[in-house]
Amino acid sequence: MNESLSGYKGRVLDVLVKSKVQVGDLIRINKGDITYEGILIPRSELGDDKHIVIKIRSGYNIGVEVTEETKVTKIGVEKAPAFTPPALPAQKPGLPKVSIISTGGTIASRVDYRTGAVRPAISASDLYSIVPELSDVAAIDTQILFSVFSEDLTPKHWSKLAVTVAEHISQGVDGVVVTHGTDTMGYTAAALSFALRNLPVPVVLVGAQRSEDRPSSDAASNLIGAVSAAAKAPFAEVVVAMHETISDESIVLHRGTKVRKLHTSRRDAFKTVNAQPIAKVLDGQIVKLTDDYLKRDKEKSLILQPKFEEKVALIKFYPGMDSKIIDWHVEAGYKGIIIEGTGLGHVRQAIFHSIKKAIEKGVLVAMASQCIWGRVNMNVYTTGRDLVAMGVVPLQDMLAETALVKIMWILGQTQDKEKAKDLLATNLAYEISSRTVDTN
Amino acid sequence: MKVDFSAVGLKVGLECHQQLATKEKLFCACKPDLFKGEPEITFLRRLRPTQSELGQTDPAAYFEFLKGVKILYEADSKTSCLVEMDEEPPHELNREALETALLVSLMTSAEPVDEVHVMRKVVIDGSNTTGFQRTCVVGMNGSIVVDGKTVPIQHISLEEDAARKTGADGLTVRYRIDRLCVPLIEVTTGPVIYSPEEARKVAYAIGRILRATRRVKRGIGTIRQDLNVSISDGALIEIKGVQELDLISQIVEFEVQRQLSLLSIRDELKKRGLSEDEIRDDSADVTSDLAKTGCRVIQKAIGQGKKVFAVKLPKFSGLLGKELIPNLRLGTEMADRARFWGRVGGIIHSDEIASYGLAEDELCLIKRILKVEQQDAFVLVADTEENAFDALRAVTERAREALKGVPEETRGSNPDGTTRYMRPRPGAARMYPETDVPPITISKDYVSRLRSQLPEPLEKTVERLIKKYGLNEKLARQLQDSEYVAVFDELVERTKVSPTFIAATLTETFKALKRDGVEVDKVTDDQLIGVFELLGLEKTSKEAIPEIITWLTKNESSSPSEAIKALGLSIISEQELSNVVDEIIRNNEDAVRTKGEGALGFLMGVVMKKYRGKVKPDQVNAVLKERLSKLKKKSLH
Repeated sequence: MNESLSGYKGRVLDVLVKSKVQVGDLIRINKGDITYEGILIPRSELGDDKHIVIKIRSGYNIGVEVTEETKVTKIGVEKAPAFTPPALPAQKPGLPKVSIISTGGTIASRVDYRTGAVRPAISASDLYSIVPELSDVAAIDTQILFSVFSEDLTPKHWSKLAVTVAEHISQGVDGVVVTHGTDTMGYTAAALSFALRNLPVPVVLVGAQRSEDRPSSDAASNLIGAVSAAAKAPFAEVVVAMHETISDESIVLHRGTKVRKLHTSRRDAFKTVNAQPIAKVLDGQIVKLTDDYLKRDKEKSLILQPKFEEKVALIKFYPGMDSKIIDWHVEAGYKGIIIEGTGLGHVRQAIFHSIKKAIEKGVLVAMASQCIWGRVNMNVYTTGRDLVAMGVVPLQDMLAETALVKIMWILGQTQDKEKAKDLLATNLAYEISSRTVDTN
Repeated sequence: MKVDFSAVGLKVGLECHQQLATKEKLFCACKPDLFKGEPEITFLRRLRPTQSELGQTDPAAYFEFLKGVKILYEADSKTSCLVEMDEEPPHELNREALETALLVSLMTSAEPVDEVHVMRKVVIDGSNTTGFQRTCVVGMNGSIVVDGKTVPIQHISLEEDAARKTGADGLTVRYRIDRLCVPLIEVTTGPVIYSPEEARKVAYAIGRILRATRRVKRGIGTIRQDLNVSISDGALIEIKGVQELDLISQIVEFEVQRQLSLLSIRDELKKRGLSEDEIRDDSADVTSDLAKTGCRVIQKAIGQGKKVFAVKLPKFSGLLGKELIPNLRLGTEMADRARFWGRVGGIIHSDEIASYGLAEDELCLIKRILKVEQQDAFVLVADTEENAFDALRAVTERAREALKGVPEETRGSNPDGTTRYMRPRPGAARMYPETDVPPITISKDYVSRLRSQLPEPLEKTVERLIKKYGLNEKLARQLQDSEYVAVFDELVERTKVSPTFIAATLTETFKALKRDGVEVDKVTDDQLIGVFELLGLEKTSKEAIPEIITWLTKNESSSPSEAIKALGLSIISEQELSNVVDEIIRNNEDAVRTKGEGALGFLMGVVMKKYRGKVKPDQVNAVLKERLSKLKKKSLH
């Protein structure tokens, strides 16, 4: 693709190439007796091949249709604006050290008002200049690990991320922040919870529900909350830091194995399910919400177990589900299946035989509930009891997504089916709690 | 002061904003209505100024952010959803609103753009939850003719209205988001208007075009003008939010006068030999020197633990108290600045200090501390140290600007035609694409279809109103300039009431009611139709209309029949009327006996006084006549 004519294609691209203009040029478009002048702007990839987009003098963009009579002339070059960052705030001595690892999206960014492009701020000094409050909280080191959408992350990325976090911890930082797209942040949080055991310092995942280029973005306040937690939270666990409500007040810290994205767009989309969040950050202070946590202790030595088995599936049961779906997974060599059953943990009897066959072939099959809230109990109805008798592992109050990640991680550590089954049913990182209290 | 506006180089440009009467808001399916009473939902936000590539931030907004300004938004679930709360991406651009903007483009000979791109215009005073206003250009390069002169129309834009400010409490500003996302059309003229009166006429002309679409809202706040006013040697001043079109010429006149006065202050300061670096920010803490003052304001502040600071303004003596325009002095301008930047209640300056009750020795002391000499002025502020510091910095800054002439700023309009400082003028509009809303192609077919069904221009409306409905020209013109021209046709068609009576009610009667403080704007089209329908069906009388309208403005969701019931203004039955007449004749036997049929006028008066609104005069007249002639016959026999 033509970089200097980003997004343009077909006939319009031909016209622009012939007219020897590129994005950022001041151009004149003549169409019969109508004339437009403005800066040539990149075209969205999804746009058609009939319009040229220019920014007119008042700052507005308009699309001008290209017809047979359209003539484009370059009349000047708009200077690419040079950015002079404001003076950096003075770095306070003696602050905790925090590493920020970026996995994609952008933590903070600047808009180029000339072309509308959003450019990520990468270096620590960029970050300080955009979110100056950070310089009061911690001495920051940054690393860009991936630049991918969170839905494109795979268990291989989790492994690499776990190794990278471990490297930073081994260098003696007081906490690690991982910036992450929100769509699969819950999965990654669970993955790190299992892959990084006996943590000496906190690992805080953070994202934003409103993009960073807008004044109302939650990115900066979430990031400040995340860095504060990494720098001074009393616990050493994997957590997710996001808005507690739709107000810009408190940033709540959800335990990595208990957190789920429960809304498509709200700032407070993330909730702790079947438990309480560990703490929140309010006015720069950490407010504990429970005393049950693993304590920060730099003397602890981290246990890194970053392997995940990818041949594991999460299958949501629905009325009338075909048993062949289970069969296909078995034949395709899947080693573990989490079923998201109905209610207390049920599926229709018509697929029992397939589940039984899967277990006989050595597939680890476990049951979580599609209700999201509450605990699986497979003793109440016969269907549940029959499934347990076949060898289906009930997963108590574990989130289905956490269960998927956990089984991937277990099968990455051991091939021993019985040991795997035991591990699956055992609480390792607060993913299972033996009692559920009313949190309303 | 008589001003030759062309000699001072007056230039005015208008930005006319009109709310549209769409069914839904611009980017979501909420009703474009306002709510009253306590909000159902509140939430607190901070807006973070984003830096542009040019390294510019809006200085006022950045200052507010640094001070920790928070915004408390108020909402209710009927008038806003997650979109206005910035908790959900915008839906697609409202096509009904887009069509209206295209109609206005065609009616002003503007060229519709081929593809509409929605932009984000950065606004971080809190009036938009997102921190930007969504806006798009729909038409360009149009023109209208006003009194034979062609006035260019630069843009026709479609944009979302902003949230409305409902108050402030310390560092927390309150906004209500019901108005946010209500569709607005913006019509921008070139800066080619050269007199205050012309500005008013152009505004009216644009208003007529907008109303001719029959798709705009009416009532207070639905049309708002921004005026860009400049004179040569002065500055470009943006005056926001003018709601009364008739105020426009007064506002422009005052603004010219204000700028001229500021220029003469500048000249006087130069004559006095003031140089910029003589104006110093150094302020003095005079709290202890005024500890026992008799000045109430200062006494109270010190009592609250606040401090008093003073700053010297060299060579400003007599100039702070000089009136620029009625009720506005250079001192007022400094006080406005101090309030904005320092969050203080106000300032005390030496030109008006006599009324504050400070003792002579206290004044001497302050003057000694500040080294104030004959030509010098000084300013006092009593507040927290931080606020007082910011306030006095704003005062000295304004003093330095006085030496240069007229500072560029954004001002708000007051109901008396004067203006007040709002904020510094923001830099170049910082706009970037709203990537959540896809661009919309405007096809040639669509445009030509719209072109073939343009609404009747309002000039033609006058002719039609005269011809079709027999209105006299004066009434037709009044109706054309009223906000009710759109509903008039429907009222006539749906009711059997005389067009002249309807027109007179919508213009003269409504004007009189407004003068009496009745908020007639609150009456909806449906209610109006109901009122005239009842009149057409003879369920009420013409005389009752003002009372019914007044009642409806106070009982907004009620129907006209409920109004009639509540006010006891139903027409009484024929039987009742005849009983009433009999009774009145009985009670006035003497008059009837002596005057005979000549008592008609008197009796008519008695009945109407008692039953105005409940009876129809001609019917009363007929019944009375019949009775009197019967009585006459009787007495003859």
